[in-house]
Amino acid sequence: MRAIGIILAGGNNKKMRELSHKRAIAAMPIAGSYRAIDFALSSMTNSNISKVAVFTQYNSKSLNEHLSSSKWWDFGRKQGGLYVFTPTITADNSNWFLGTADSIYQNIDFLKSSHEPYVVIAAGDGVYKLDYNKVLEYHIEKQADITIVCTNLPQGDDPTRFGIVKMNEEFRVVDFEEKPVKADTDTVSTGIYIIRRRLLIELIERCAEEGRNDLVQDILVRYKNIKRIYGYKMTDYWSNISTVEAYYRTNMDFLKPEVRHYFFKEYPGIYSKVDDLPPAKYNKGSLIKNSLISSGCIINGTVENSLLFKDVFVGNNCVIRNSIVLNDVYIGDNTIIENCIVESRDTIRANSYYCGEEGIKIVVEHNQRYML
Amino acid sequence: MIKKEMIAMLLAGGQGSRLGVLTSKVAKPAVAFGGKYRIIDFPLSNCINSGIDTVGVLTQYQPLRLNTHIGIGIPWDLDRNVGGVTVLPPYERSDNSEWYSGTANAIYQNMEYMEQFNPDYVLILSGDHIYKMDYEVMLNYHKAHHADVTIAAMPVPIEEASRFGIVVTDEDNRITEFEEKPEHPSSNLASMGIYIFSWKVLKEALIANAEQSNCDFGKHVIPYCFDQGSCMCAYEYNSYWKDVGTLGSYWEANMELIDIIPEFNLYEEYWRIYTKNDTVQPQYISADAKIGKSIIGEGTEIYGEVYDSVIGSDVTIGKGAVVRQSILMKGVVIEEGAVVDHAIVAEDVHIGKNVSMGQGEALPSKLSEKIYSFGLVTIGEKSVIPDNVTIGKNTAIAGVTTKEDYPDGKLESGEYIIKDGDQA
Repeated sequence: MRAIGIILAGGNNKKMRELSHKRAIAAMPIAGSYRAIDFALSSMTNSNISKVAVFTQYNSKSLNEHLSSSKWWDFGRKQGGLYVFTPTITADNSNWFLGTADSIYQNIDFLKSSHEPYVVIAAGDGVYKLDYNKVLEYHIEKQADITIVCTNLPQGDDPTRFGIVKMNEEFRVVDFEEKPVKADTDTVSTGIYIIRRRLLIELIERCAEEGRNDLVQDILVRYKNIKRIYGYKMTDYWSNISTVEAYYRTNMDFLKPEVRHYFFKEYPGIYSKVDDLPPAKYNKGSLIKNSLISSGCIINGTVENSLLFKDVFVGNNCVIRNSIVLNDVYIGDNTIIENCIVESRDTIRANSYYCGEEGIKIVVEHNQRYML
Repeated sequence: MIKKEMIAMLLAGGQGSRLGVLTSKVAKPAVAFGGKYRIIDFPLSNCINSGIDTVGVLTQYQPLRLNTHIGIGIPWDLDRNVGGVTVLPPYERSDNSEWYSGTANAIYQNMEYMEQFNPDYVLILSGDHIYKMDYEVMLNYHKAHHADVTIAAMPVPIEEASRFGIVVTDEDNRITEFEEKPEHPSSNLASMGIYIFSWKVLKEALIANAEQSNCDFGKHVIPYCFDQGSCMCAYEYNSYWKDVGTLGSYWEANMELIDIIPEFNLYEEYWRIYTKNDTVQPQYISADAKIGKSIIGEGTEIYGEVYDSVIGSDVTIGKGAVVRQSILMKGVVIEEGAVVDHAIVAEDVHIGKNVSMGQGEALPSKLSEKIYSFGLVTIGEKSVIPDNVTIGKNTAIAGVTTKEDYPDGKLESGEYIIKDGDQA
């Protein structure tokens, strides 16, 4: 591949409510056994990009743990590798990353010392599979300066939380508005860009001179009429998880056979850190309907239209319905959980009742666990 | 100079012929176990959990699956700069090239491998038992007793003792007598095939027995050390240990995993068993599915019913299909309406619609009464079973079968269909 990869994984979003207390969005668990960043990382390794930098900032503990070894995504190479950049204090800079462009500027040496002609920039909060080679071919064919990967949002999703892209019939971007008050199209940016490495260095350095810090506002929007910016339409599944509702919906999408087949069975697959958990165990009294269950789970109760992440224990006579239970949760006997997201590593006492009446309830208990 | 206090030599070259069609294409240590593991994962995980980071794996019979599985040892953290896991197949030399003709002969042929680590002790393991054991504790015992050879041994029912190598010990656990498969055992302490040798003693014994044909630990090396007056101790082990050498014991050991609190517990945080994970995705249980008392591997999709079974990864069980008291390995597909009862189904087998397995009276097997008993149906890997056939008990099937192979759409109890070259 003629490109290096950059994954912007520093972000947080208030719309994730309590879920973002623990981790950056890129580290959010997805579909039972994955984390959000796995989709970008796997797409990069599957596109033969061998040198990838992950920029982190907000609460990166979970993310760092997840990225502790690069071998799961096949990045443990002499040529290339996985680099994690967190903000550091240097002789000329004592700030955090002030924005996406600034985060790249603070690590501009990474770009300067690479020799690949192109850079693929991706967000860490998208759930998708994409062959970046196809986007790069398109980028070259269009003689674009920057290519933005776009998609049409499904009906009912709110486009105003995205960058809205308007293109002419040649797919050249004629207008780009970031999170507008009102949107009159449902074509949005996926936060995936391809750009020539030298051009990116030039634009980022100019941004920094002018005291500008944001990749979208200060480069894409500002240069939309000056540079040749093209849109690449992505037609396969893509979803962004950065609100609680979107996070819930994206996970529930995996109960659909076509989504599951696309991500789980079609080659190439999505890779993740391996946890070495035993197979899921179903004891007498378990009743499972339309659910995804991950390894390490032990189930004694009823689970319906739900996702259990790794290492979840469900006690006797429990009912879990339309809910997502994150990693390593212990649920005591006779507990009922409906329309909830249960935060990871928690212990739910026996005989509890949680129900999201209007919208999704997030269950965070911080109970101590006294193991059997 | 490289120095490792103790290295392990893992004997994984055997066929395990009593597992019938399950081992017609893979070595026994590579046979799947417990939903996502292979038998060899247990000794390999024990090694790394005991702090042994240098393991030689001796392979000979059908090693492809084993080689792919072990690779450079990443799943067990055995990818090391110094030591790590090394697969040791038989090799050609300028004179006297030979296959591994016995367990001790295989170790003898790899003297140079052991020598490069300059060990004080060598741990000899076999790749066909299910257990969790801290070899470091056994080594401390070996040192404390100033032993030359320590043999791990466990009490077995006296009526079964004649199947094992039996050790008789004095009050200090020193071995006073050693009997290989005795007719009239004088003790019930059975050797588990796990030995710690002080390196000098092992080296001397292997060289002295170099000319012995089919040189074996139980038959030759241990009696030799005994005759030489080496200090030999028994290390008594009382936790779970299971030999899965027959279809019956293999089936039983799997079934024990689904007990409410299994004696052999894979769910403990401590002493984790590692394996190569090809799939990490969750399993899907559909709205029509029914599941009772089972363990199920990653990426499996269940639309039918599963009771009292051990199901591997990437298995598909179709609508209306019923699986009972069976073991399904990785990648098995069970089509709609099929009934699978008391069966061991190896990897990537395809079972057609409305097939009915494990039906009727259990008659003795015409292929081998010794192997195919226990009332089980055994299907070898990559076999195909056509739609609508009925299969009896104590049966064996290997290869792609078609309707024509089943007279009147039936395979009676005790019958078999072996369609590809290597017959088990």
